[in-house]
Order: sequence, then C-alpha cells, then structure tokens
Amino acid sequence: MSQLFTRDTQAIFWNNNTTAIQRMLDYDYTIKRTKPSVAGIVAPTSNSKFDKFFYGPDEIMIPLYKNTAEAKAAQPQADALLNFASFRTAYDVTMEALELGGFTSIMVTAEGIPERLARKMNATARAKNVTVIGPATVGAIAPGAFKIANIGGTIENIVQSKLHRAGSCGLVTRSGGLFNELSNIIAINADGIAEGVAIGGDRFVGSVFIDNLLRMQENPEVKYMLLLGEVGGTEEYKVIEAVKDGRITKPIIAWCIGTIAKYYDSGVQFGHAGASANGDMETAEAKNRAMKEVGIHVPASFNDLPEIISALYHELHAEGIVKDITEPAMNTCPKVRKSKEFICTISDDRGDEATYAGFPISSLATPDTGKGIGDVVSLLWFKKQYPKWATDFIETVIKTVADHGPAVSGAHNAKVTARAGKSVVESLVTGLLTIGPRFGGAIDDAAKYFKYANDNGMNPAEFLNHMKKEGIPIPGIGHRIKSLKNPDLRVEGLKKYAAKCFPATPLLDYALTVEQLTTSKKENLILNVDGTIGILMVDMWRALGYTEEEINEFISSGTLNAFFIVGRSIGFIGHVLDEKRLAMPMYRHPMDDILYDVQVAEKI
Amino acid sequence: MAQKAIREFDAKSILAKHWDKYFPNFTYAYETVMVQNGTELTNAAKEKTWLSKKTLVAKPDMLFGKRGKNGLVLFKDSKPGDVSLAKASSWIDEKSSSKQSVYFSFEGDTPHGEAKVDMLTHFIVEPFTPHSQEEEYYISATCVGDNDVLYMSAEGGMEVEENWDKVIEVAFPITATEEEIAEKIKKSIPKDVAAKDKDAFAEFAIGFFKAYRELNFAYLEINPFVLQGKKVELLDMVAKLDDTAGFMMRDEWGSVDFPTSFGMEEKSPEVLAIEDADSKSGASLKLTILKPEARVWTMVAGGGASVVYADTIADLAGIEDLANYGEYSGGPTTSETKFYAETILDLMTRSKDAKGRDKVLIIGGAIANFTDVAKTFTGIIQAFDNYADKMKEVGIKIYVRRGGPNYEKGLKDIKEAADRLGLYIEVYGPETHVTDIVRMALTK
Repeated sequence: MSQLFTRDTQAIFWNNNTTAIQRMLDYDYTIKRTKPSVAGIVAPTSNSKFDKFFYGPDEIMIPLYKNTAEAKAAQPQADALLNFASFRTAYDVTMEALELGGFTSIMVTAEGIPERLARKMNATARAKNVTVIGPATVGAIAPGAFKIANIGGTIENIVQSKLHRAGSCGLVTRSGGLFNELSNIIAINADGIAEGVAIGGDRFVGSVFIDNLLRMQENPEVKYMLLLGEVGGTEEYKVIEAVKDGRITKPIIAWCIGTIAKYYDSGVQFGHAGASANGDMETAEAKNRAMKEVGIHVPASFNDLPEIISALYHELHAEGIVKDITEPAMNTCPKVRKSKEFICTISDDRGDEATYAGFPISSLATPDTGKGIGDVVSLLWFKKQYPKWATDFIETVIKTVADHGPAVSGAHNAKVTARAGKSVVESLVTGLLTIGPRFGGAIDDAAKYFKYANDNGMNPAEFLNHMKKEGIPIPGIGHRIKSLKNPDLRVEGLKKYAAKCFPATPLLDYALTVEQLTTSKKENLILNVDGTIGILMVDMWRALGYTEEEINEFISSGTLNAFFIVGRSIGFIGHVLDEKRLAMPMYRHPMDDILYDVQVAEKI
Repeated sequence: MAQKAIREFDAKSILAKHWDKYFPNFTYAYETVMVQNGTELTNAAKEKTWLSKKTLVAKPDMLFGKRGKNGLVLFKDSKPGDVSLAKASSWIDEKSSSKQSVYFSFEGDTPHGEAKVDMLTHFIVEPFTPHSQEEEYYISATCVGDNDVLYMSAEGGMEVEENWDKVIEVAFPITATEEEIAEKIKKSIPKDVAAKDKDAFAEFAIGFFKAYRELNFAYLEINPFVLQGKKVELLDMVAKLDDTAGFMMRDEWGSVDFPTSFGMEEKSPEVLAIEDADSKSGASLKLTILKPEARVWTMVAGGGASVVYADTIADLAGIEDLANYGEYSGGPTTSETKFYAETILDLMTRSKDAKGRDKVLIIGGAIANFTDVAKTFTGIIQAFDNYADKMKEVGIKIYVRRGGPNYEKGLKDIKEAADRLGLYIEVYGPETHVTDIVRMALTK
C-alpha cells in the first residue's frame, strides 16, 4: 500500500463528534468527492438512526450505529476507523476493530492511554498489517482525497495551506499544531503536500516516522519528505539507518525541536509526553547532527526551515522531478447555512413536476402507464418499485378491507357524526379513531405472533400453549359464523392468489397447520381474513428480500395497520356520504337501550 | 508525564497487597513502616510490636538511591544490627531537623557532580535482617524500546553496578504469553545463583515479572532481595508506575503518592495555581518558571509550538533572557485563558528589567486545528484590561502571531484592545513564519 488514503476511502467515525465530522464533509464537498468520507458513525448511547450534516449548501444523513460490528456490517467498504473514544475505552474500541477485520488504518485520538495497553494495541495492529495513526494525534491527510477529522483546521485554512489538492511533499510530524503550521510553510515555499501524518505525542504510538517515510518512498506522488521530530526517543535513528542502507532515496528535510532541553535538568518537561531525553543520543542536537551527517537536509534552526524547503523545491523543480500543478476547480462551502427542520425522503415537488420516489406523477397516474394504486403505495410507503404480483396483492388487500357494513364501531361512529351535521373529514376521523387494538388490530397482531412463533421454531401445539400462557386469544383465528365447512370466500380468494402468484408462502403454510389444530378443537376457529392479510404481508416482504429485522420494524411501526386505514377509509366515506344524501337527522340513542344503575356517591 | 516514581514503602505495600497472587509459595513478612519523624515511629510501635522487639534499619524514602554512600542508612549504633527503636527515632529527628546534602552519583566512594540540598521528610524503617552476601540477589524490569526487559543477577546489593556484565537480560514482546515468559525465564537464570536456590529464583522471577506487567509498573527493581528457602526479604526497592493506568488500578495500587524528587525547587504558588486549573479543565494549561527576573516571557498555544518558541529564544537571545516555559491548548475557555494570562502578567510586572530595557511578551502559536482563536484572545484582552497600568509602568512590548479558526477577529480584537489601552503591540497572522516574531522582538 503506497498510499494511505484515496478519493474513495470511507471511514467509520467512532463517537459522534459532530464538529470534526462536519469538517470532513466540508472538505469532501470542497474537493468534489463523489461519496462522503464518513460512511457511518458509531454512537453507542444514541437512539437515533442517523444524524444530519451539511454537504455544501445541502444536508445529508449519515447513519448511526450502536457498535463497530454493526457499522462494519452495514458499511463493509469503509476501511478506515477514526477512533474518537476516550482514553478509558480507546484501547477496547481498537482491539475490537482489529478482531473484526476489514480496516486498513485506525486513527486513535485519545491522549494518555495506559502504556501497556497502547503497546499491545500497536503490536496487534502491526501483526495484522493495520496502520495505527496515534494515539494522541490530530490525524492524517491525503490532500485532494481524504482528511481525518480536525487536521488542517478550518476549511479556509485548508485552502490557504493548499491542503485541498496534492502537492509533492510527504510530511510527518509528532505535533498536531505544528503539522498545520508546516503545511502552511510548505504551501508558501513549495507546492504543498502529497500526504501528511501527525504520528501523535504519546510515548508509544502505532506508526512511527520510519513506517510513514517508507510508505512515502513508495508513493509516486511524493517527491521529497519533511520530518519534524522532537527531543526524546530514538525513532529518528531508524530513518537515518534507512537513508544509509538505501531504503529511502528521496530527499528528506528534517528538524528535531527541543534543542532548548539541554539547558535544563530533567525536571522541566518540554512539550509532549514522548519528549524527554534519556541520554545524550536522544537530545534534539544529537539527532539533528546525526541526520545531517547522512545527507538529510537539516536547517540551522526551526526559523530557517522555510529557506531550506524553498531551496530543495526549486532544485527538484529545475530538475523536472517536481512538475507544475494545475490548480483544480473546487466547490465553495457557503458561509451561512441553516439546518433543515424537516426531512423528506419519499417525494419531491421542487422540479418541473412533483415526483413519487423519483417518478413523475404523470408516469404513474393514467391507465396507459400500467401503474395502479399498489405502485403508488410501494413508492410512497416503501421507496421501492414492487413487482406486479406484490402491487396487485396490495390492491387486493385494500379492496378486501374497504368495508364491513354499518354496524362495526368505526362505521357507526362515522354515521353518528355525519348525522350531527359535521363535515366529511370530521366524520371520517371519528370513524378512523376507533381503529386500534380491538378494531382492525388483528392484522398487526396476527403478523406479529405467527411470525414470532415461526421464527422461534414452535410447532402449532407449542404456539397455542405459548399464547395460553400469555393469556391472549390467537389473533387472526376465529370467526363469528364461518367455519371450515362454510369458508370465508375473501380468505379463499387471498389464499388462491398467493398460491398462484407468490414465490413462496412459508408463514401462511405454517398458519394453516395451526388452523388444523384449532379447528379440531372448535369448528369456527379458522384463519380469518385479518390473519390471512397480516400473514401474507409478511410472506410478501420476505419474498421481496427484506430482512427479518426490517419486517419486524414494519410490523412494530404500524405499517399493516396503515393498509387497513387506507382501505377502510373508502368504506367510512361511503357511509358518511350515504348519511348526507339521506339527510338523516341528529341521532339520539334510545334511553330504553341503556341500563341505568346510578348509586348516591358515598362520602369519604 | 506518564511514568512517575513512587516511594519504596508504597512499592513494597503494592507487592505485599498482591503477594499471594504472584508469589503463592513464598512468604514475605511485610514488616515496614514509613514515618516523617521520631515521634511517629515511637507511636507506630504500639501497633507494630516488631519495632520494639527487633533491631532496626532506617533510611530516607524520597526517590533517591545511593543512600548508603551518602551515609543515610542507619544500621548500627555501635556495631551492625544493634539499632533500637529509641536510636532510630532520635536519628530520624536529627536527620529531618536540617537540610541535608545528597549526591546522586559516585565514582567508587567519591561523590561526583553537585549535591542537592533539601529537607528529608520521609523515612522507611524495617527490621535488620542478618544474611550472607551469597543470599543477596538482584532483579528488575522495565520497558526498553518496544520490549519489556527482565534483568537478573546473582550479585545483588551495592555490587550489581560493578558486576553489570554478570546481569542476565531477557527481552519479551508485549504480546508474549505467560507460558512463553515462564519458559524463557527458567532457561535464563544466572549461572552464579546457588544450585539450591535455582528453582526458587526462577519461580520468584516469574511472579515478579507477572506483577510488573499486570500492576502497570513502568520500572520495578528489588536490589537486593534475599532468598532464605521459601522466605523472601525485600531489602531495597525502586519503582515507577505508569500513572495513565491509574483509572484501572485504583484498587490494585491503593492510595499511592507521586512525590516530587528530592532537591527539586519548591513550586511557586503561581505554578501550583496553574496546575490546579489544569487538573480541573479538559484543556491543557502548563507553566514552568525558569528565571522570573528575565526579560522575555512567552504565552504560547500548543505543545509543539511552545517548544519551537523556546528553542528560538534560546538560539537568538540565549536562555539568560527566557523567563518561563509553558503552553495552553485543547480549546481552553475564555476564563481559563484570562486566568493563565493574568498569572503571567502578574509575574512579569513585579519588577523592571535590571538593565532598563523593555520586557518582551510573546503571544505565539501555530495555526490551530480547532481552538477558537478569538475566544482565547478575549481572555487575554480581559487580562490586559486589568494589568495595563502595571504593564506600562514596567515597559512591555507585545508580539502576537497566531492562525486558526476565527484568527482574523482574534488578531483584530487584540490589536484594538492594546491600542485602546496604550500598550505597544505588533500583530501577525499565518502569512508570517511562526517564530519570526521572536526575531523581530529580539533584534529591535
């Protein structure tokens, strides 16, 4: 792997750090990435399914997950993990990700992870060939391709420091603040950077200077490297060895900060936890001297870095090794953006013609389109184009449940309200308000309980036993007058259609074995129309490829109930219009139909 | 800083607390007390009766070694092993009553380098253990590069340094399993260990290394320990803990102190106040006073940038002119920055420059990643408001250089405030090289 990141790299961001994520998306928009660089966010304590972020002037939704495993399963292409967990949990998060596999790089931001844990984490990653950036780092960047979290600072600074497109320098630093500074210096004195990593300030970090420089040696975009080291540690000597033995041939500019440390005894801690010299070899002076001796370009002081960068850049440019860069076009993020209060994912009225899930209404409305109400439902409710057998089934359901006479509670309510002189909509809703667990609810419950029994491998006897223990009559079973001998023809019709058109009906098949058992106890304990509809809906969704979890969610969110509401509204409106036409007077219930049993209230 | 030294008493207490887990087949009496004066020792004897029944050894417990060569180990009154409780108490009172000179390095028995002078405040007292030189062994463990290294020697005590070539070093990667470690240790026991002790030595070393790893020691040394069959005496110990592991080791370590080393200058109230503010903040606030009468003061954002500024000042002016080292970072609040700035302005305005020059205040920083520059500068401006009169009296030239989120507003605000208050100021943004203000300030 000669490049850390590409324009296709996507990350899973562990912890919903909205500012840092927004900075990544601003960057993506600016450099015109096709896909956002954050594919998903692990937010263990959030109950939301997504969070909104700006993508240029617009907003996009990024999915939230409860844990890394869930996020990785949903976003297998995301091979970078940005671990923003605290120092208490950062180790566990990294180790879990290494165990899961599929990540090529893991960035760890926490400072002060226990040393033994950091060492174990780094060693495990190395054995699995995963690049760890950090701990205690602001991250890394591949200009024009991918940027981690806050590195580079604001989008204005990024553009000013030419971090929005690849230059020719490979930059490696310990410090995150100075990384930014050097990017700026390199942009002013040369043509910017091709790849940059801040390796982190803790004593034990995953990828060290040499790992990054060896990768940059292989990266054709990198023409020369800049290393900013620190007093303390011996990592710079590994680079010196690589220059000596020819593993690194590209020119390197290097400087170790902390030359002041020699004036003070060990009581004064300069800078990072890793910055403390044990012995002469680890002083900044000794390292600067040793680097200079092998031909690395070492300035006289940090203040002289700009000159040395400029000189090397112009030399490489004159030799034709570094070419001129055509500045790419970029997008500009608007300065003022307002977060949207509402989200719509089903239809859009902004264009020439309003659309249902991307389809202009005219492409669905007239008979010549061949589309029916089932197609409209599949687009607006499920954002999918269902096949004809499924849209036909939806229409069959709506037709089947449209009415059941004036005596049911909803129709009765609608009629009473209409007779009180109220409008169609007022009368309709009084009818609809009775729909719930006792009226129309059997469709939901049949789907829920039969699916539960089937999922858990219960045979019919076990299922009956289970429902008995729960103290609930089996929903979808039983009819007032119908029986096996005198079947409900609506049910027969549905079953016949399913047998003919559904690819398979596993749940219905199961329900029929249950029916065999219940009818053996009592004639009229048949699978009724509510039960058949609920169960066949599950079979439809299974055949359409939904996961069991998605189907469970349809059931619990009341989608089955919605079919009943739509269908039965047709009937209720019929009853309301009927009342209006008949001009029936105000209804008063006859007093002789009420049992009056009123006691004088006791004093307490 | 992650690795912190602890007292010998605490090191022994931690091992004693977990003794049966790591050394189930050995016994350790854990007869040791730490006291600050003679009276405390006399009182301790009421509960710890061995203090009056046995003869004693007393020595300071203040993170420094070479106590024998410094004459700070009491093991004889008139002859070795005759120190009574009364004698130990009076010796501790005597040694703690005035400042003592301590040399940290010796060539042979001759002190080398300069002595540190400070009060002795903590002493460790233990029974005198008669034993032969052959029973003294050396063992230690620490991290070198990426590996843990176990050091073992049959030559313990003061002789270990002279005989360092006889010390066996065994390195283990962090991922080594217990079985691998045990096997390798068994194969590496120094050949000079007495034949009768070889198995016991190996078993002890395996337990020792396991304790070092599991209890998050950064350094652990027992020199010497004495093996008498299954009885172990820990005669002298040195230890450092990885304090970043503190949150997982609360119960394992118990209450443990991280004292400052002997001879370190007392921290000033200002430094202690900044340390206190730092410990309560999610941001980082650090201050070290190097030379309070010096001319150049720094108020720099960022761990890396602060070092670069210090380097450059030392290069261009020399360290004689550098008054402090410090940094603030990680997005401090306005009130935290105000407090930090006022602390520095207060120190800086206590006296005029001895040579009558203007003092220099460097308000520096690299281009911030996420710290809001305008917000932090608001805190500095509020401090200017309170200290402007004193600043003018002393004569201070201010040089500012900063970039990052909201830097234009921050730079504009600080320039306006200084102009309003009549303070000398020069203000630069990211177009100016980060340390160039040091050159400007010092060559004027």
